[in-house]
Amino acid sequence: MISTPTTATASEVTPARGGRTGGLRLTALHTRAQLLETVRVPIAVIGTVVFPTLTMLFFVVPQPFADDPAQATAATAQISLFAVMSVCLFTYGVGVAEDRALPWDSYLRTLPVGAGPRLAGRLLNGLAFALVSLVPLVVVAWLLTAAALPADRLVLTAGALAVAALPMLGLGLWIGYGMSTKAALAVAQVLLLPLAFGGGLFLPPEMFPGWLDAVSTWLPTRAGRDLVVSATTGADLPGTTWPVLAVWTLLTAVLAVRAYRRDEGRRFR
Amino acid sequence: MSAPLVRLAGATRRYGDVTALDGVTLAVPAGQLLGLLGPNGAGKSTLLQLVSGLRRPTSGVVELFGRPPWEPAARAGLGMTPQETGLPPTLRVREVVDVVAGHFPDPVPTAEVLERFGLGDLARRQTGGLSGGQKRRLAVALAFVGRPRLVLLDEPTTGLDVDARHDLWDAVRAYHRGGGTVVLTSHYLEEVEALAERVVVVDRGRVLVDGSLEEVRSAVPARRVRVRAAALPDLGADRALIDGDRHELWTSDADALVRRLVRSGAPFADLEVASASLEEAFLAVTAAADAEHPAGRRTSTSTSRTRTPETGAPETSTPEVAR
Repeated sequence: MISTPTTATASEVTPARGGRTGGLRLTALHTRAQLLETVRVPIAVIGTVVFPTLTMLFFVVPQPFADDPAQATAATAQISLFAVMSVCLFTYGVGVAEDRALPWDSYLRTLPVGAGPRLAGRLLNGLAFALVSLVPLVVVAWLLTAAALPADRLVLTAGALAVAALPMLGLGLWIGYGMSTKAALAVAQVLLLPLAFGGGLFLPPEMFPGWLDAVSTWLPTRAGRDLVVSATTGADLPGTTWPVLAVWTLLTAVLAVRAYRRDEGRRFR
Repeated sequence: MSAPLVRLAGATRRYGDVTALDGVTLAVPAGQLLGLLGPNGAGKSTLLQLVSGLRRPTSGVVELFGRPPWEPAARAGLGMTPQETGLPPTLRVREVVDVVAGHFPDPVPTAEVLERFGLGDLARRQTGGLSGGQKRRLAVALAFVGRPRLVLLDEPTTGLDVDARHDLWDAVRAYHRGGGTVVLTSHYLEEVEALAERVVVVDRGRVLVDGSLEEVRSAVPARRVRVRAAALPDLGADRALIDGDRHELWTSDADALVRRLVRSGAPFADLEVASASLEEAFLAVTAAADAEHPAGRRTSTSTSRTRTPETGAPETSTPEVAR
């Protein structure tokens, strides 16, 4: 028997919620499926994991300041934010745009599930990726530089990274839900390097000329960078950090929610 | 009489300047097996997307089990096929079925689904490694995983060989016999003729024809009269193709047309009357609509008739065919 449709009338249809099809269970279901899909394409995993570590090897390890504990720790924090940022822009931005273009995503939207579990699955998936990409980075920092993170600052640093990632998350979701695959890829690439460099994620802002430092202050990456560096080294936080982060988080959240609401998968067919 | 499972009332969907669906009114009662026909771009896909909650109508009403289809709960009794190209290539067959089953309160056990659709041996294969026919079978199987009350099958047998197609027809018939409701689109008119009780032809976003298989056959110009003649007067054919002295005339009443031909006194030879297949008839309807009224051509409203489940008979007897 493939199925046994009941002869219930339309009014007897009960919503699929609670019990076996509850939101948490559906979230777990979608998270697991998405992780499996991604992990089985190893090159995608390696790309996300290797790029920040390479950046670390080229931009930090050979520099003289790699031997200075405070500076090396700050540099590691910067690159960590870069790793999280590229996950946001690529996993959420390009990844979501690609998923939306696939017929399978359309199919999932015909199942009795709302947007919540699917989105939660995506967020958890990105979180897992961000964590995985941080592992080799921290290992390199620990083995090849003087960077040191006291155990009591670990939780604070993780929290700072999460907060600093919020505007990037909004940006990624806006790109993912608002743009086609090609546009998403181009926009993510165009945004990644200027935002990362301008925010002081590659070279510390102390090395910036005055005008660049002034522009940098208003970038979400710079505010995020300052927050993470402050969390790792105890450096003073500029007064602009929190307002800049808050405004960017709000702005990108509004853009992301708007794009999400307007999304109907592929536009034509 | 129970409420229809699917109800569209004046449903219109536009994409920018393009009107994909134009004021469609249609109701699908429980237990019906409805075939949806139409050329590519006619609006079939848009109609299914509205019914399955993928898109919202620009205006008008769309209801699934009496609710707006974009509410997840409305889709609890719905089964659908993904396009076979859309299966996630890295997931295994069993995993794909499990993901879908996880959304329903009482799914058919995965092993049973796979067995029923001849996929038992492939449970551990990644879907990217399946043949086209195997993917199609998996895609169709997914529609039945959640024990749906309504199944939307979009081109279910495209790419299947004859045996696999007949197996699938059997599965659809078995589901329908058990009380299931089916809306089926197909490129194969043979398939609609083999399965459907009711046929809806859409073209350019409108319902052109809506009736039982027999009614549609008799209402569309389903007789083809071929004759050789130097010249013929107007015989009232729905459509006439002339190639030299060969005339091909389409009509729903070949007897009357032949009578007029004889009475006209025009000399003719090689008279041939044939009953057209639904496919030919359907092409004639859409082509005629194209040729005669390029804009605003359909004057009849596409009011659908619902069928009472008790008798299975349509409430009105003549299908609306816009000419």
